[in-house]
Amino acid sequence: MSETTVQQARYTWGGDEFLFVEIAEAMSLAANFTANAMANLLQHRGVDGITDICPANASLLIRFNPDLVPPRELEDLVRSVEAEVAQLAHQTLSTRIIEIPVWYDDPFTRETASRFRKGHQRPEGTDLDFAAEENGLASAAEFIRRHHESPWLVSMVGFVAGLPFMFQIVPQDEQLEVPKYLSPRTDTPPLTVGHGGCFACIYSVRGAGGYQMFGIAAAPIFDPAQRLPDFDDFLIFFKPGDIVKLKPVDEAEYRQIQAQVESGHFRYRQAPVTFDLQQAMQDPKDYNKKMMEHLDGV
Amino acid sequence: MAFEILEPGLATSVQDKGRLGYYNVGIPQGGAMDQLSAEMANALAGNSPEAAVLECTYLGPKFRADQDAIIAVTGAPVDIRVNGDACEQWNRLKLAAGDEVSFGVLRGGTRYYVAVQGGINVPVVLGSRSTYALGAMGGFEGRMLRAGDILPVGSADSSLATAPILRSVDESLRPAFEKEVTVRVLPGLYDHRLTEEGLETLLTATWTLTPVADRTGLRFSGPEVAWKPRTQPFGAGSDPSNIVDAGYAIGSIQIPGGKEPIVLHRDAVSGGGYAMVATVISADMDLLARSAPGTKTSFRAVTMDEALAARLEGKLVRSKLWDTSAGDGAGG
Repeated sequence: MSETTVQQARYTWGGDEFLFVEIAEAMSLAANFTANAMANLLQHRGVDGITDICPANASLLIRFNPDLVPPRELEDLVRSVEAEVAQLAHQTLSTRIIEIPVWYDDPFTRETASRFRKGHQRPEGTDLDFAAEENGLASAAEFIRRHHESPWLVSMVGFVAGLPFMFQIVPQDEQLEVPKYLSPRTDTPPLTVGHGGCFACIYSVRGAGGYQMFGIAAAPIFDPAQRLPDFDDFLIFFKPGDIVKLKPVDEAEYRQIQAQVESGHFRYRQAPVTFDLQQAMQDPKDYNKKMMEHLDGV
Repeated sequence: MAFEILEPGLATSVQDKGRLGYYNVGIPQGGAMDQLSAEMANALAGNSPEAAVLECTYLGPKFRADQDAIIAVTGAPVDIRVNGDACEQWNRLKLAAGDEVSFGVLRGGTRYYVAVQGGINVPVVLGSRSTYALGAMGGFEGRMLRAGDILPVGSADSSLATAPILRSVDESLRPAFEKEVTVRVLPGLYDHRLTEEGLETLLTATWTLTPVADRTGLRFSGPEVAWKPRTQPFGAGSDPSNIVDAGYAIGSIQIPGGKEPIVLHRDAVSGGGYAMVATVISADMDLLARSAPGTKTSFRAVTMDEALAARLEGKLVRSKLWDTSAGDGAGG
């Protein structure tokens, strides 16, 4: 994989209530790890006047109340957190691995994609055909295999409520990269599995979107009514640092899961894991295999 | 007590000061777009600033009170009618049970606010009563109001029973709704990705607010703004205005493809892949929210110290409300 260490971050202000810390210009597992580690440390410090700590792919956004913590004081504090993270010899993350069932090449996203074909990079065919071509793969089926074969790290949650951005845990030359739509759609089915640049996402709500559409997740990831047991604690399922194994399902399995969701009994398969950055970067294939074994028997 | 919504208006929602602390999972701050106007409505109705109000956009609702009530309307200039009779904005108003309240055509600005003593009493979700329509949560059933909704109103805050009564907001303190505004911004974030002329254009041109303006953000038309060409970093997307998806500051300005700057407001998407180049200072977010499409807007660069000083001035206006008011006596 690419770099194992990250250069010093860039600090800049988003008005008088936001501090933005750019950890790296380029996306990497290491940059994302730093963002999350800094966010966690800062959270534990429990600083009065910090209202939101938002780790992103390769950056960190902090909202503060300047009446309670002056900007310069805050910057000093966050710089000290950055230094502390840089000192960590061994970077690990206590997290969980989750299996997300996905119906690839489903009729819902197909129908939506067909309505927005005009102005698409590849007006004929589907987003999957386009993605396969862009990545020099023989077929949509081959692209789908690559998409679910290696797990993904939730590198950021946001855009809208509960939407995970996911970065695949593979060497940079194996990353699947697909440009976004040339002009954003005004509609995306909820739970669409999308892709833009090197990031996969799952749309948590229906709405506008610019990512290519490959399939649909079978169960909710955002449940404002908190009906399902996985949402007992919070109405949003994903957290930054989650490891996601996408599992292809067919229509029959999709319908079966939908019925479980309907009756309020659906639960995601998940298991606690410790994600070790160095090990993952040294031998991603072997490391991913071991990580996915945690789901066996769950 | 309750308000029965007879006509919903164009986009009427329940809002308060908003919810902080959930931006890291994509739930925006929300809350009344023009906080000062909402706060003044609450002061007139005898509420604390935290009470939930109705935010009315362009075309307001028509509603009936099922009991006696005290209300106030502030914000963008609009005619108020109670059972067809004209009433004054920026004043404390008394309703009798069965009274019907309706509104005329907006004479400027975009949003006005209706406060009622006791506040709109929808459930508190994640610390706030504000509507987050995209996530179908908060407010009244997570959505804009519809005809037939029965909107619950809380009981008066007993801790304010002996507080002085504010009958009217002095004209000198009422916010203006102008056709030309200067909005102060703090350059930063990714401003180094613009060419020198590009940044100069942003900060000196006159921008026109387009009709593409809502609680999420406001889009402006004007000249093109040049980005420095570069080889994009891994994962950033192909356009020079793209970055690896990052968190978006509320109030930040992005210029996708160098055209039509967008300023994110209180229902902002929490992140994305467009470089932000400046941020509207907290003191001027209300000003932005008051602008109607067509408003000529200049973005003027200020320093952090100037932004903090402006923030203090905003607090001063709030305290003056009580000094110069036509307030009198104690009691509910």
